[in-house]
Amino acid sequence: MAQSQSQFWNDARVEGIIGNLLRAGVILAAAVVLAGGVLYVAKYGHQKPQYEMFRGEPSDLRSVSQITQQAISLHSRGLIQLGLLILIATPVARVAFSVIAFAAERDWLYVAVTLIVLAVLLYSLTST
Amino acid sequence: MATTEFTLLVAGGSFLAGLLGSLTGLGGGVIIVPLLTLLFGVDIRYAIGASLVSVIATSSGAAAAYLKEGYSNMRVGMFLEIATTIGALCGAYLATRIPTAAIAIIFGLVLLYSAWTSIKQPPELTAPETGPIARLLRLDGHYPTPEGERAYHVTGVPAGFGLMWIAGALSGLLGIGSGAVKVLAMDRAMRIPFKVSTTTSNFMIGVTAAASAGIYLRRGYIDPGMAMPVMLGVLAGALLGARILPGAKVRTLRIVFSVAISAVAIEMILQGVRGKI
Repeated sequence: MAQSQSQFWNDARVEGIIGNLLRAGVILAAAVVLAGGVLYVAKYGHQKPQYEMFRGEPSDLRSVSQITQQAISLHSRGLIQLGLLILIATPVARVAFSVIAFAAERDWLYVAVTLIVLAVLLYSLTST
Repeated sequence: MATTEFTLLVAGGSFLAGLLGSLTGLGGGVIIVPLLTLLFGVDIRYAIGASLVSVIATSSGAAAAYLKEGYSNMRVGMFLEIATTIGALCGAYLATRIPTAAIAIIFGLVLLYSAWTSIKQPPELTAPETGPIARLLRLDGHYPTPEGERAYHVTGVPAGFGLMWIAGALSGLLGIGSGAVKVLAMDRAMRIPFKVSTTTSNFMIGVTAAASAGIYLRRGYIDPGMAMPVMLGVLAGALLGARILPGAKVRTLRIVFSVAISAVAIEMILQGVRGKI
């Protein structure tokens, strides 16, 4: 049993799963951004873009919960922002998965290392 | 210019940036920010936000391909990500506190350094034995060569860790992958073979950029209308670049491109000094 466990979680297999995870995240993010982009150009295509002056985004395009709400009601800018959130979440999911993979290998030193990285990432997404 | 034309032009420019960035190994981020600020007159903070997002996309896409080949060292990558992510947080905080002109000047200097390292490739250094901290962290590894698996030792962990913090801070401050500084830390300080350091660095870039992108998003620096054409354009360009790279003669392209990038870098520094960015 212990042997089949270690066979299942060998490095090549873990790298394969992580590779697929990253690829799936990027494809999903790109698809959502593209869908939002089409809606965005259809709606705002004739307006003049204003990026010379920095104003900062409104609060409904800044936090995870507000962006999700905007995207669910199919607002184009919210939908793009949701795609970008999925993209940002992809490497975070990769790190979270690595915690599990190192734990399955009983490599506690690297479980700790990976948890530190995960904590820094989660802090950046939730702090102000 | 209306939003439709602006979006298409930025997407086209980003596609070229992604293509050239992947062919020359410089990455798309170092080209996107000057493209948006100097050519399109975009505020540098929007440009950095959009660039960061494209950096995550290309790094994650490329890492998926590299992982299969078995070059990257996951332990080295994960351990050094502690330094790069904390550095990225510091860089992202710094970005909101220093004037944009200073950001433009630092950007220009990093751009000059990246252009320089892309043409001048120093010989590979190898470590005769494993360093004490590297032994503790079990960082040694092996990678495939035509003559079979080759083992290597890792050393210089404190210096590599410090340089990685700087790489992370630059990434968070400037919205770039800082591949040039990451490779410096692993090649020079830690004596990791080129193939391993390049692929491991690419693997780390996405995680580093995600750490600062979170801060940028919450600060309102990531504009969906701006980031959308940049992310899609750079990703498409980088994917095409990775496909044609094996058969491409990149030596000449790299030299021409480095000269062009240096000119852009000087222009950014000048504009920063004059306070126009």
